[in-house]
Order: sequence, then structure tokens, then C-alpha cells
Amino acid sequence: MLTKRIIPCLDIKDGRTVKGTNFVNLRDAGDPVELGAIYAEQGADELVFLDITATVDNRKTLIDLVRNVARNVNIPFTVGGGISSIEDVSALLNAGADKVSINSSAVRRPELINELALQFGSQCIIVAIDTRFIVTENGISEHIVHTHGGRKPTALRTLAWAKEVEERGAGEILLTSMDTDGTKAGFANELTAEISSNSSIPIIASGGAGTMEHFNEVFTVGKADAGLAASIFHFKEIDIIELKEYLREKGIPVRL
Amino acid sequence: MKTVIIKYNAGNVQSVMYALDRIGVNYLWTDDEAEIRSADKVIFPGVGEASTAMAYLREKGLDKVIPSLKQPVLGTCVGMQLMCKHSEENDTTCMGIFDINVKRFDSSNFKVPHVGWNNIYNLKSKLTEGLKENAFMYFVHSYYAEISAYTVAECDYVQPFSAMLHKENFYAAQFHTEISGKEGQRIIENFLKV
Repeated sequence: MLTKRIIPCLDIKDGRTVKGTNFVNLRDAGDPVELGAIYAEQGADELVFLDITATVDNRKTLIDLVRNVARNVNIPFTVGGGISSIEDVSALLNAGADKVSINSSAVRRPELINELALQFGSQCIIVAIDTRFIVTENGISEHIVHTHGGRKPTALRTLAWAKEVEERGAGEILLTSMDTDGTKAGFANELTAEISSNSSIPIIASGGAGTMEHFNEVFTVGKADAGLAASIFHFKEIDIIELKEYLREKGIPVRL
Repeated sequence: MKTVIIKYNAGNVQSVMYALDRIGVNYLWTDDEAEIRSADKVIFPGVGEASTAMAYLREKGLDKVIPSLKQPVLGTCVGMQLMCKHSEENDTTCMGIFDINVKRFDSSNFKVPHVGWNNIYNLKSKLTEGLKENAFMYFVHSYYAEISAYTVAECDYVQPFSAMLHKENFYAAQFHTEISGKEGQRIIENFLKV
């Protein structure tokens, strides 16, 4: 049976993980390669590396990092942040990334999704959607796609954009709710379920994980195919193996 | 031992190379017939679309070379599908090493592609020696090879399908051995020992 995936996300700046970590067994808490390998060992199903600097100077550092991760990690991993062209994707895949995640560049120029899917195959193209529930100009509260780390609203409605990226050839959607992100109060289950039910590609839910129960909810109520989180894994508030054992007891199929 | 990875236009094989590096195996990445024929082990990976890949193999004459190889050959993902007779992906005639068809998953009740970790069972291959029944492997595909006499491992998504195939010196896996954790690595190691 196809299992639900648990995906730790590592924020990268200048080739180092940014948020501190609470792993006592790490030699170097800032080393993404070592952290990635430990997560893989602990049963993470995939990894996401998000480059939050994403300046031209840092691309080479990022490529070196990707190469090192690929050499040392034997599970799939995705790289995101600042990707806006076929050349960017080509460099990351050639360095050993299994998938890339694009966000603002797809909003700016949606044809990029088609071009990347045609060139590299849908299986390695994730479109990340940052969404926030806001009152729009016409006075209606709606889920609206945001860019710039969730600060800048676009004209796109989240549900319509999710459908569009699928039609353009995205292989998966990484849906981050800016309303729940950082709250540790649970994922945006209602919105995730709505998008997942209307979509034939997998949905990775992100934003709001605080407890193991939240993962159970995002898979049952939220109908997500994968759950992504950062700090709760870095600070060992939740252990991946314990989380998977908990989910298995709840009847969620997991890889253990 | 000489290990060759067949070079063609089917996507990124960097992960396969790194997986061999982790095992400590030297390899050559080539489309040269003489190099391929002189190898002890041949790996035929693949990420991509069937008709484009077959067109390239024909252009290079590799569609005739691969089925005539006598040493152990391991095809993975699209590589495995190209070793079958026909693929529904753009109605493609494939190499026919395995006399079976590759069909598209019915997407009426399931998400397609099949993405993620799924368990493989009814393990009957030399390559799965040391693995437990229901070991998890990483899959990404929209097309599947039907169950047949060549099936040596099964997986279930929409319906049971062939996770692994075997016939004489030809071995094949639908999943990505190179990123399927320790169990995936075990399959590569077993292949290199065949």
C-alpha cells in the first residue's frame, strides 16, 4: 500500500542550515549534509532543502551542497529557492537533486511549469504554493496565493492556481498555509482537503505542525499525501520514528 | 569487474552514479557498443518518456544491442518499461525482452502518477535476497508492467503490478533502487554479485 510521507524541511543560507537544531549527536548543527543523512537514517521519507538566500553568488555554494547531499543520502530529495529557468533546474538535477520546487517564478511566468515538465518530466517538478486567507479588494475573504515568503499577495486564487499548475504539468504541489505556518496549531486541513480532492497529483501539506496528532489530522481530514515540517523535527519535539509508530497505530499507512 | 551505465536521453542518472559510488563500485557511463558488450554488468536506468527514449535508442542502434547482451542487465523505472514489448505511453513499440505490455494506471479513483514509498511482495528474485517481504521502495511512475510469468516481485497500486521482472540475464525494477534507502542499495549490491 502506498504510504503517507513524512518530509523534514531544511532551510539553507550560504550552504548552511539556518534554524538551530537540537540534535545532540551532530558534530556540526549547521551542516545540511550531516543533518540530511541523520533524517534519512531516522526514517524520513524524503528531504526538502530550501535555499533562502538564493542570490547569484550563492548558487555555486548550493550546487556544491546538492552534490554532497546526493552523495551521502539514499532517499529522494528536493531543492527549492530562487529557481527560475531551465538552466537552474538542469544544474541542480545534474548535481544529483531528484526534484526541484519552484514558487515565485511560476507565479511570474506560469509557462515555466510547462517548459520544465517537458524538458525534465513532471515527476521532478514540484510547484510550491504559499497561501493566505485574506479579505480581497471586493470585500470577500478568500484563499489567495502569496509570494515573497508569504508577504506579497498575488491576484491568484489558491484553488484555481492549484488546478492550473497541475494542468501545466506539475508533478506535485507543496502547499504551505501562511495562516498556520509557525503556529504549531495544526495544518490547514480544510483547504488541503479541498485542493487534494480536486487534484490528481500528490499534495504535500506544510505549515502548522506542532504535535503528532496534527499529522494524523492532515492525512485523514486534510487528505494530504505527505506532511512537511521543519522546526519540530530540528528541535526533536517530534521524533520521526515515534511519529510513524503513532501514525501506524492510528491506521495511517507509513514506511517503518 | 567492469560496470557500465548505458548513456541515453532518459533523464538524470546522477543518483544512480552516486549510489554506485556509495557501494564503492567503479563504472563507465557510455553509449558505445563495444564498451557495453565488454562489460560484466550493465545498468540501464531511466527517467523520462518512453517514445522519446526509444527513438534515441533506435538512432544509436542500442535497441538491438541491449536485447542481445549476454551479461547481467538491470533496467530500472523507464528502463524496465523499455525492456517490455509495448508501452501505452505515446503508443510506443519497445525492445520486447519481456513479452508483456506497459499500461497506464486508471486514474478514475487514484492519483496518477504513483509517487512515494510502497511495499513489494511475493519476492522471488536473486536481487531481493536478504530483503524481507513487504520491503518499501520508492516509486514514481504513471505506467506499469502487468503481472506475468516474468514477475519476481509485485506491488499494489490501483491493482497489483510488476515491481520486478526477470528473464535469463535480464533483471528489471520499476522503482528507483538508487534512492530506496538501504533496501534499494541491497538490490543493487545483489545485482552486482549475480
